[in-house]
Amino acid sequence: MRLYAVVAAGGFRRYATYRTATVAGVFTNTVFGFIVAYTYIALWDERPQLGGYDTSQALTYVWLGQALLAAGARMGGGFESELVERIRTGDIAVDLYRPADLQLWWMAADLGRATFHLLGRGVAPMILGALAFDLALPGSFWTWPAFLLSVFLGIVVSFAVRYLVAMSAFWLLDGAGAMRMAMLAGLFFSGMLLPLNLFPGLLGEVARALPWSSLLQVPADVFLGKHAGWGLVEAYAFQAGWAVVLLGAGRLLQTGATRRVVVQGG
Amino acid sequence: MADTVAVRTEEEGRGLEPAGFAFEDRLRPLEGLRAYGLIMAMWVRSTMAYRASFAMTLFGDLAVTAFDFIAILLMFSHVDALGGYSLPEIALLYGLSATAFGVCDLLLGSMDRVGGRIRDGTLDTLLVRPVPVLAQVAADRFALRRLGRITQGLVVIGYAVATLDIAWTPLKMLMLPMTVLSGAAIFGAVFIAGAAFQFVAQDASEVQNSFTYGGTTLLQYPPTVFAKDLVRGVTFVVPLAFASWLPALYVLGREYPVDLPQWVAFLPPLVAAGCCGLAGLAWRAGLRSYRSTGS
Repeated sequence: MRLYAVVAAGGFRRYATYRTATVAGVFTNTVFGFIVAYTYIALWDERPQLGGYDTSQALTYVWLGQALLAAGARMGGGFESELVERIRTGDIAVDLYRPADLQLWWMAADLGRATFHLLGRGVAPMILGALAFDLALPGSFWTWPAFLLSVFLGIVVSFAVRYLVAMSAFWLLDGAGAMRMAMLAGLFFSGMLLPLNLFPGLLGEVARALPWSSLLQVPADVFLGKHAGWGLVEAYAFQAGWAVVLLGAGRLLQTGATRRVVVQGG
Repeated sequence: MADTVAVRTEEEGRGLEPAGFAFEDRLRPLEGLRAYGLIMAMWVRSTMAYRASFAMTLFGDLAVTAFDFIAILLMFSHVDALGGYSLPEIALLYGLSATAFGVCDLLLGSMDRVGGRIRDGTLDTLLVRPVPVLAQVAADRFALRRLGRITQGLVVIGYAVATLDIAWTPLKMLMLPMTVLSGAAIFGAVFIAGAAFQFVAQDASEVQNSFTYGGTTLLQYPPTVFAKDLVRGVTFVVPLAFASWLPALYVLGREYPVDLPQWVAFLPPLVAAGCCGLAGLAWRAGLRSYRSTGS
């Protein structure tokens, strides 16, 4: 357990080193926040209360999307490209020798990274957005820890998905395609382009049931106070359920892949 | 090859300037293009080594941009107009912006890797090769999958042209290819200026995304949606408005929120040339200031 704490701390420090990159990222997130915010204002001007949000809730959603983008590694930039490269070059053999669990190791590193990205790239755009627009901030203090727990579960789901993607490199060797598809799903089905409760009919139902909704839609709704009481427990259960299923699938693939490495003779 | 060497010794024998320099000065742009083509072909071949992955990335790129437009379609499932613009009108803005950006992204899409090369010092390798550095950097990791974005943009333009209720004149038809080409050049200037900026701020390559990806996203929506100051900014400071808004609004017969004479709609080629000139100067200045990595 201590080992993984050290790995997580290392992940945090690794990303904290690049300060200019962090500032550049905050700048970009803020620019995008502004652009999307104006389009949402135009949309909610036409149809107030669309998707059950008023305009300030919709704007809050926009800025939460920008704030959580880096933490959830929805545009890539997490551990997966590194792991894919290790699989392609065969360095993965060394990793498998180590007296640490492969999945837990990378999860610890990714959680460290996510913690930094949440603080370094999440807080500043949110503050800037709140200064420029009228946002719907939580009325009760307890909404904040409830929101953070939901964000944490979302990040674990995000890790589990990207781990599956990385494992595909054992078969495909080049992970670029799979990473691209994962990014695509992460953008669209997390609700980054448009809140999932605006998706019509069956598409909406499917989108809200997919794991990616835990990355933005669920945490945002917790932040906006849409889940309360049992609803909140259900939201957590939904996120945790997907986390368990996807981590389990990752483990299965890992076992299969490890056998394959042995067959190849290393 | 043997010919070149022969020429060189002959000329040097006469006490002229070494042939190597004269050769480079005269044919530099052509040489650059040829080298670009060679490097590009190499990357295409290397991509094709992993066909399943290539197919997925191509589809992924097509889908990434398609989802962008699907998001707009989903918005229009709730409303009839956005910022006073109908769906076909927004489709034209979207298609022009996406196609122009797509062309530029295909040709120069890896320029944001310069920062990484400066940081780890691999830019040195590019400097010792007898090929313009800009050509090498532009063709670096050339990605054929980026055809996906262009395809999708063209499809949306097609949809817009088919559904728009406009009296098409030959001039208005000509505006479309002009906009795409000038737009690609303007975005290209932004890419090159961004790469030049990375000589100063190596880790800040992401700032570039605000102007490139951010710019194309902005141009996909009508200017009436945005605050006037933002519109002024992309008209007069970073002239992205010339990459689609101004010519497209002329085609649509719409008024631009910032008061400008109508002939401004025909300026994109000039603005593009000016931007590329400035970006070239910036690139040159950046490259001159390069001091490899220290120990």
